[in-house]
Amino acid sequence: MSTLKFQSQSVATPYFVFALVLFAGQIVFGLIMGLQYVVGDFLAGAIPFNVARMVHTNLLIVWLLFGFMGAAYFLVPEESETELYSPKLAIVLFWVFAVAGTLTILGYLLVPYSTLAHITGNEYFPTMGREFLEQPTITKIGIVIVCLGFLFNIGMTILRGRKTVINMVLITGLIGLAVFFLFSFYNPANIALDKLFWWFVVHLWVEGVWELIMGAILAFILIKITGVDREIIEKWLYVIIAMALISGLLGTGHHFFWLATPGYWQWVGSVFSAIEPLPFFAMVLYAFNMVNNRRREHPNKAATLWALGTAVMAFLGAGVWGFLHTLAPVNYYTHGTQITAAHGHMAFYGAYAMIVLTIISYAMPKLRGVGEASSNKAQVIEMWGFWLMTVAMVFITLFLTGAGILQVWLQRIPENGEALNFMATQDKLSIFYWAREAAGVVFLVGLITYLCNFLVDRKAVEKRGEVE
Amino acid sequence: MSDTFTKGMARNIYYGGSVFFLLLFAALTLHTTKEMPKSDHRENLTESVARGKVVWEDNNCIGCHTLIGEGAYYAPELGNVYFRRGGGNLDAFKGFMQGWMKIQPLGVPGRRQMPQFNLTEQQVDDLAEFLKFTAEMDVNSWPPNIEG
Repeated sequence: MSTLKFQSQSVATPYFVFALVLFAGQIVFGLIMGLQYVVGDFLAGAIPFNVARMVHTNLLIVWLLFGFMGAAYFLVPEESETELYSPKLAIVLFWVFAVAGTLTILGYLLVPYSTLAHITGNEYFPTMGREFLEQPTITKIGIVIVCLGFLFNIGMTILRGRKTVINMVLITGLIGLAVFFLFSFYNPANIALDKLFWWFVVHLWVEGVWELIMGAILAFILIKITGVDREIIEKWLYVIIAMALISGLLGTGHHFFWLATPGYWQWVGSVFSAIEPLPFFAMVLYAFNMVNNRRREHPNKAATLWALGTAVMAFLGAGVWGFLHTLAPVNYYTHGTQITAAHGHMAFYGAYAMIVLTIISYAMPKLRGVGEASSNKAQVIEMWGFWLMTVAMVFITLFLTGAGILQVWLQRIPENGEALNFMATQDKLSIFYWAREAAGVVFLVGLITYLCNFLVDRKAVEKRGEVE
Repeated sequence: MSDTFTKGMARNIYYGGSVFFLLLFAALTLHTTKEMPKSDHRENLTESVARGKVVWEDNNCIGCHTLIGEGAYYAPELGNVYFRRGGGNLDAFKGFMQGWMKIQPLGVPGRRQMPQFNLTEQQVDDLAEFLKFTAEMDVNSWPPNIEG
């Protein structure tokens, strides 16, 4: 571990490793669902679609949270120029979160959801059964405890050390993440109010505070790999996250169009979500600018590729594909169709999966004791993984967009009586779903390729272990 | 931009802008919740509707269906199913629901399957009441047509 600046950074390793394990699980369940779209009865008895989907989306959320935590444990000591407040707490919380998360996923898979709701006492304090917030209440409480312990640890580290802009942006993002999650405990019997406040978790996470976390991680990586002056990068970071928050907060309005809410949200939501692509576009300019003006040639080419890739893909997925269907008159037809699915896939991959893979790419060689960067061979394999996964995701998005446009055309635009019903429409879309599934298989191949890069430098790591 | 636009200014835009828009968002949300009783007709929220929502949640219906456009996109939109399958008549809709829930899964080879949830008749009635309540909310005339 001689390549680490601070020994306590090593607590990031289990977080990153477990994140990648969950990522692999997420993709396997994605493929199962993709097949169920076209072969409806595939595994219908063993893994019904709703279970597969819950596992797919919950694994996504949890692996990203593991990734964010690992990123914070890795970069905060370095930014603060001090050891982590309590490495032991970080490891204890890792096991609490890993065990609770695994038990929750097993619960989804092994017993009917209503049984899970019953044995976890959902009737006393109901919070389950809402999209993305399916976790049993006891798991939600566990998440809050883990978050508080984590924030305490990170917060104390920052208080003790240097308070950089990256640290401050990261910690405000992480605090926001914890605060907005509290709305997951509010579940009124009135479905309109339930949905309204549900977005306080879902939207204000992914189009709000998570963007701060993403911006902070990207800024950290850019400083490290380009050697560009911290002052310049930090100014950009402020501008970008200011735009992200200003547009993202009132941009929540684009989810309030059809919710028993006043009509003014259609204007507020449309206008502010039209601004939402701008911070992502600025992020592309920023990342490429910094890399082009770099003052050093960093040996980790793969990390540079991930950093540029996440800026571009986040702009396309969150920015362009989000804007495509965000204006109220368009959204009236596209709301809840495959267009939403297309946007969701590319936005989550581009903005959040890729930023976590970026920090893993930068940090893992150091954490494993390989050095500043992996060997050339490992990096080549990693970059193959990058391109296979990223191109596959572009095609997944394009095929789902095609499916969505046809769905709107057949099911939404015709008048009552002329429109095709949902199931008949789905039959017509099967060619797109087959193509999406094929692209999904390529994504899995890319992921396996990516994971293989960790095997390459294994001998070097083992040798180092023997020497030390 | 380096001379005229300083890091301090960028920081102030971030902190000032965020706080301003957060407060504005909070104020608009507060106003919205004050207005919502006019459009969500919460006066019709009976105990049966509330129980129906629990049935909806405890069986993770959102994992396949959408409700007012949110959820999974694997099975039909149910925000307006009360009008699509019940024609706006509660007895007819309850009858449909009782029959429909009993015959799941349909078992047609290759077709998407709805699981058998083994709900009691009371639970199915409550679910129907919940879906009626949802359908009758004023959601700015979405969806565009009866197919959802």
